[in-house]
Amino acid sequence: MNRRDLMAAAGACAALPLTQGGARSQPAPAGKPVKAEVSFTVNGRKHALDVDTRTTLLDALREHLHMTGTKKGCDHGQCGACTVIVDGQRINSCLSLAVMHPDAEITTIEGLGTVENLHPMQAAFVKHDGFQCGYCTPGQICSSVAMLDEIEAGIPSHVTSDLTVSVTLSESEIRERMSGNICRCGAYSNIVEAITEVARTRA
Amino acid sequence: MRAFTYERAGSSQAAAAAAAAAPSAKFIAGGTNLLDLMKLQIEVPTHLIDVNPLKLDRIEPTQEGGLRIGALVRNTALASDERVRRDYGVLSRALLSGASGQLRNRATTAGNLLQRTRCPYFYDTAQPCNKRQPGSGCSAIDGFSRQLGVVGVSEACIATHPSDMAVAMRVLDAKVETVKPDGATRTIPAEELHRLPEASPHLETVLERGELITAVTLPKPVGGTHIYRKVRDRASYAFALVSVAAIVQRDGSGRVALGGVAPKPWRIEQAEAELPRGAKAAAAALLDGARTTKDNAFKLPLVERTLGAVLSEARG
Repeated sequence: MNRRDLMAAAGACAALPLTQGGARSQPAPAGKPVKAEVSFTVNGRKHALDVDTRTTLLDALREHLHMTGTKKGCDHGQCGACTVIVDGQRINSCLSLAVMHPDAEITTIEGLGTVENLHPMQAAFVKHDGFQCGYCTPGQICSSVAMLDEIEAGIPSHVTSDLTVSVTLSESEIRERMSGNICRCGAYSNIVEAITEVARTRA
Repeated sequence: MRAFTYERAGSSQAAAAAAAAAPSAKFIAGGTNLLDLMKLQIEVPTHLIDVNPLKLDRIEPTQEGGLRIGALVRNTALASDERVRRDYGVLSRALLSGASGQLRNRATTAGNLLQRTRCPYFYDTAQPCNKRQPGSGCSAIDGFSRQLGVVGVSEACIATHPSDMAVAMRVLDAKVETVKPDGATRTIPAEELHRLPEASPHLETVLERGELITAVTLPKPVGGTHIYRKVRDRASYAFALVSVAAIVQRDGSGRVALGGVAPKPWRIEQAEAELPRGAKAAAAALLDGARTTKDNAFKLPLVERTLGAVLSEARG
């Protein structure tokens, strides 16, 4: 059975609507797919989904909402290609279940900018050639946008020398904070330049 | 991933009771380790209890002058908390040295303590592993064991506990608060939470069926210089080969615990008595009875040198 067949089989299975808080999905015979409902907002638009409980947030975005900007790389939280921003924080969407995000506000690469009106981080990646094949790029951009917010919020990092004073932006801070986003083409130096330019403009 | 039913917890006790009632239930909080293992079918729960709705995400002062950290406080929030940065620096440092920004935003305090080993044979379902499949054997002892343990290990298992945070918690004398399915609560000292593998490495903690961690408490700050030094194969986003959590006082006395070398955060009373005499004596006490493989014997001198670097940093 391939994944699409599995989704189709899951669709044929009866489901008990899942309400917010203290609710549970219908018990299923051992090994049979189980469905549950969840709704959240993606890039300002509310979506109600009826998904197999196993559906990750990443698969919900790509396979159910057909927003394929967010990429599946390793699917194990090691590469960062699936990074999206949930309630203001960057996370690996592959390591979170869709049903765990009722009422969440989710921003994906599609919500940051448009072809006509790029987000400053997108424009900087283009200007500085911060990619080669481009597969890790949506994750790099979502990650870097939220990462600059983390610096602004005073969140320290492994390379922050003094935990008791505010963080100073530097190349080593950017590199450390972006270590969860792997680029197999090795565009790192240009990625750092792009992020640095945006950080300077924001400051 | 195998199919599972799912519920959102209404209260801590209800979550514990639900976990005890289902045949193979798991709590899910951050999900950053559990979902990884479920995708590989190393973990195959038939029921998930989502504890995220529980209001366990606050850090509050205790009457004793310490902090109570809710089980659901995310690693980023804990590392960034002003009181933790000021009074428990070793904890901030340990957290920030682990995982990536994305993972720290989701991973929780309780989940971090309960994360499973990253032994490559635990992850490879085609290989024997006593932790994953009791009685099947240990592939690691004669296998690729660079990352694996040298103290507290057994004939059955040489896996390490992968957490950085737990090593800092151990050196801070943290305590774990839990609730059981019948509503009873208990407090477990951090040192007693994890078991040594001995003949049953699949039993990793003293938690009972359904027992849920609700908080971790830290005692009153003890001052001193707080250091967490982590040695790993790349500069960021890698597990420790060896790590040292230390709180060193001006007179040279202090506390020290090791990560990356044992099935649990490794702290030995005798080593702390030796600390004023220097790294060699303290490392010898910490590594007493060590049992190495060809691949990980380097960890013995590395512990001594890392400890030496920590003590010299503490002297300033």
